[in-house]
Amino acid sequence: MAGSSHRAPLSDVQLRVRALESLLIEKGVVNRETLDGIIDHFENKVGPHIGAGIVARAWTDPDFKARLLDDASATLAELGYTGIEGSHMVVVENTDRIHNLVVCTLCSCYPWPVLGLPPNWYKSTPYRAKAVRDPRGLLKEFGLELSEETEVRVWDSNAEIRYLVLPRRPQGTEHMSEAELQEIVTRDSMVGTGLALLQQ
Amino acid sequence: MNSIHDIGGMDNIGPVNIEKDEPVFHDDWERKVYAMTLATMGAGIFVTDEVRYMTETIPPRDYLTFTYYEKWLYSLEQMMLQKNVVARDELDSGRVTAPEMAAGIEAASLERMQYGMNNRIPVFVDTDIPPKFKTGDEIIARNINPLHHTRIPRYIRGRRGVVGMHHGIFLLPDTNAHGGPDKPQHVYNVRFSARELWGEEAPANDSLYIDLFDDYMDPAG
Repeated sequence: MAGSSHRAPLSDVQLRVRALESLLIEKGVVNRETLDGIIDHFENKVGPHIGAGIVARAWTDPDFKARLLDDASATLAELGYTGIEGSHMVVVENTDRIHNLVVCTLCSCYPWPVLGLPPNWYKSTPYRAKAVRDPRGLLKEFGLELSEETEVRVWDSNAEIRYLVLPRRPQGTEHMSEAELQEIVTRDSMVGTGLALLQQ
Repeated sequence: MNSIHDIGGMDNIGPVNIEKDEPVFHDDWERKVYAMTLATMGAGIFVTDEVRYMTETIPPRDYLTFTYYEKWLYSLEQMMLQKNVVARDELDSGRVTAPEMAAGIEAASLERMQYGMNNRIPVFVDTDIPPKFKTGDEIIARNINPLHHTRIPRYIRGRRGVVGMHHGIFLLPDTNAHGGPDKPQHVYNVRFSARELWGEEAPANDSLYIDLFDDYMDPAG
């Protein structure tokens, strides 16, 4: 009723989810505690802050950076940054002449333990279609224009290996601590659709 | 299967919609679909390759209009039907009429899921088969067009690339998505130049890196 405080009726999708959830719980196929724990993990525990910490450490600790680039899976697992969709990791480094960009053209593969769940644009068909065909045009949509001299490397993560971009450390950050550096590492810079930038 | 999911390289799909300060989930039902998918996988009812294939069977017109988690919901419902966990009439009514269907299934405990979310569980296959390729080899991506699940996208088929990193031995998704038989194979990262994929108008120094199984490649003669 107009003006009432009643909630809108449930959508078809919401009704389907409610039906499926009650069936699976009643049949003992899933339990609520497990579902809540999974949601809590991906909503509150993992996220780009983890990747940002890894990048900041790589910028300040050359030995760590070398191990990260040599064997990311083992190096990250030692720190506890591992798990489903992140047991096989490769870190690729941006330099003054190489820019890396990650996509999953076939579905939505993404390194969950270090970046959390992907944003909608990463999973969307426009991104997946364009990343391999016209990465430079795609990056312009993110406000990032690369010089002609820059070599663009696109990583289509179609198997079980997940990729993380190690962005370039911005100039003018020499005085910053690892904790301060972590704050300027964005999610997009670790996918390759952005750069790590000093705040304006 | 050459369906709409294999969209890499297609033009005219539209601009990328970038949402500022996007939440992890946009609605409570999305949380539930996501968690139920992981929990049923954790209970051993299906594997990732199977649910990926299920998503690939979504008709193209729906694939392009469903939201991301609507695709997951479709795939989870289909998976539960195919694995005889629920019956169609149960999905329609939300009421259990066939409790015996899921007899034998033990729900994944939170402890079990937390282990998987926080520990390295490599999906390497521990077997001793010789690799068919080595770093530096020139290859041609096979021109295969299977109707089943596969992870070799159309845009590289028939193209010449160079083998880089060797990743180890994994189960070939093409059979793993369909109940086997298991086909453990070496996986390598392979580089294709942008010009090899998209012609002479592509930037000369740009390239594409992708992970390929032994069965996805032939030596370039």
